[in-house]
Amino acid sequence: MSTTNDTIRELAQQEYKWGFVTDIAEERIPKGLNEDVIRVISAKKNEPDFMLEWRLKAFRYWDSLEKKNAEPKWANVKFPPINYQDIVYYSAPKQKKQLKDLSELDPEILRTYEKLGIPLEEQKMLAGVAVDAVFDSVSVATTFKEKLAEAGVIFCSFSEAVQNHPDLVQKYLGTVVPYTDNFYAALNAAVFSDGSFVYVPKGVRCPMELSTYFRINAAETGQFERTLIVADEGAYVSYLEGCTAPIRDQNQLHAAVVELIAFDDAQIKYSTVQNWYPGDKNGKGGIYNFVTKRGACRGKNSKISWTQVETGSSITWKYPSCILQGDNSVGEFYSVALTNNYQQADTGTKMIHMGKNTRSTIVSKGISAGHGQNTYRGQVKILKDATGARNYTQCDSLLIGDLCGAHTFPYIEVKNATARMEHEASTSKIGEDQLFYLRQRGLKTEDAVSMVVNGFCKRVFKELPMEFAVEAQKLLSVSLEGSVG
Amino acid sequence: MSLLEIKNLHATVGGVEILKGINLTVDAGEVHSIMGPNGSGKSTLAQVLARRESYEVTKGEILYDGKDLLAMKPEEAACEGVFLAFQYPVEIPGISNAYFLRSALNAIRKYRGEEEMDAMDFLPKLREKMKLLEMDDKLLNRSVNEAFSGGEKKRNEILQMAVLEPRLAILDETDSGLDIDALRIVAQGVNAMRSPDRAILVVTHYQRLLNYIVPDRVHVLVDGKIARSGGPELALELEAKGYGAMEAAAGRA
Repeated sequence: MSTTNDTIRELAQQEYKWGFVTDIAEERIPKGLNEDVIRVISAKKNEPDFMLEWRLKAFRYWDSLEKKNAEPKWANVKFPPINYQDIVYYSAPKQKKQLKDLSELDPEILRTYEKLGIPLEEQKMLAGVAVDAVFDSVSVATTFKEKLAEAGVIFCSFSEAVQNHPDLVQKYLGTVVPYTDNFYAALNAAVFSDGSFVYVPKGVRCPMELSTYFRINAAETGQFERTLIVADEGAYVSYLEGCTAPIRDQNQLHAAVVELIAFDDAQIKYSTVQNWYPGDKNGKGGIYNFVTKRGACRGKNSKISWTQVETGSSITWKYPSCILQGDNSVGEFYSVALTNNYQQADTGTKMIHMGKNTRSTIVSKGISAGHGQNTYRGQVKILKDATGARNYTQCDSLLIGDLCGAHTFPYIEVKNATARMEHEASTSKIGEDQLFYLRQRGLKTEDAVSMVVNGFCKRVFKELPMEFAVEAQKLLSVSLEGSVG
Repeated sequence: MSLLEIKNLHATVGGVEILKGINLTVDAGEVHSIMGPNGSGKSTLAQVLARRESYEVTKGEILYDGKDLLAMKPEEAACEGVFLAFQYPVEIPGISNAYFLRSALNAIRKYRGEEEMDAMDFLPKLREKMKLLEMDDKLLNRSVNEAFSGGEKKRNEILQMAVLEPRLAILDETDSGLDIDALRIVAQGVNAMRSPDRAILVVTHYQRLLNYIVPDRVHVLVDGKIARSGGPELALELEAKGYGAMEAAAGRA
């Protein structure tokens, strides 16, 4: 394989296509985190008292952890200590008024969205996808609100939800991921700037897929989004989260929290394609993606599915999880995680079986290339009263080249003897014979690698909504350039 | 000008010299058979022609259609019309046969400056070829060679050949592992590909296949060199007498 090993080092890395900075004048507060900063954030957003109180409690809790140096360190990732005082916790683009129509949007922002491949106009007309575009820390445009309002669906920025539906926010916020959950969840609860809020009423099937695009722009601004999605009895919603970010020299911390709640007979499908700046080929720079995502299947027969394609970020630390409380509830996790160059990922899921006859499916595909280190960490927990629980787990690793690593830490805890667990795992390399076969049929090496990798990921891509599946395949190809082996 | 001219070809694999001076000329429109005992270098020759990088050419030259074949990478040779039907076809999980074949065809078309074919145009053409090889429609959506029987894998190789329409087709022990019926079908597929523009090299151990695919010339490879060449009757002679005499003549016990 020596000639192919040489090829690994040969091809030039394609420049991160989406690396650019927008020239919008921004409003920023100085760096640092203390109670005053929290108050400023809350005041700027004109939040009701309950929000400020919640933030302050979260901040005090986080602060106590920080002072004890209780930042979690158990993940299989290495990074220099984060100076939390060296971060700006709020930035918003200057806007003079509320916009009713996209044409009123700052043209610079609109151009940004277009470069990112999300021409809102086109989406508005063709796909019928409602887009809540988050620009840095503030939501700028929300489209299709009226159409959704007809169906009774609330889809707006989190900030708007706090203003217009405070009762709903107060009822559900922090009930799936309390601020005491973990260090980063506490930080998020204290300083979160914005995100999405979705409420689907009883019996309503959301008429279109909901989507949000994020973008981290200013240097040294951490991004702390908070998303809350509630599907009432019999409701259905499919939500797409896709992110890009520009090139930056300094590491940027992203500590988001996503809470999903599904009641009786409700279904939430949450899909993510994450393509944040992964750092350069020497491992310098890149986003830190420390996210807490959790879904509570509160009701009987409820279902929550997580599908993710993670190709970006310098460090990924996330476990989208499901708490299967309701009887017959179902949790699913489909993931493709790619680590190339010096990227590190410690990702997986937790499926907690509580109700009766609950089911969970985990399909994790890890691809390691370059010097990438890819770790799958999963926890399947069957509690004492969870009779008739079933889990199927498949975690597969694909190694490209001989300098990368794949690690697996599956935890299985069963406290009920009627549980049925299936666990499969495989580790493979892209074989020289596979590549030669494809090349002998006319495919260039890079296309051959892409093909093998896409075949490897197919099971997960199948779960993605169509437009995301296409983006995901392209993303994988771009991310794998220069990794041939 | 001959389609294929091999001059004094020496090749090494894993540090061991396997081909020790092959000289061979094949014209378009001809079917040549390469026979020989195990270890004689038949498969090595096939792999070198397909430009496999782990097979190192130490001496000699190969002219394909007047061009320097040894200067080509595998995908270039493929786009120039060289096709190898593998002895052990690999599996590509998650990629359907239809998708794979269309991608290969389009890679070749792109190289030639031709327009790519979309699925709508491609599928009927593919189905037509599949019928010729008596292959079930179901195989279209199965992953490449995944859970295929030995016979199905070999027929899949010939199907690919039929779709990609190469100028030089090399069949590497295509008959190994085939039952009588599969053999007949495969031969049918190969014979349907005979044309004045195309040359076919059939690498095989046994004479049996050559009853169905009658060659114009037969070459016997012994210990990395062509020991003897002749017409189709040479294959029958080998079947009757075995390789022993030729091996002895070549200096092996």
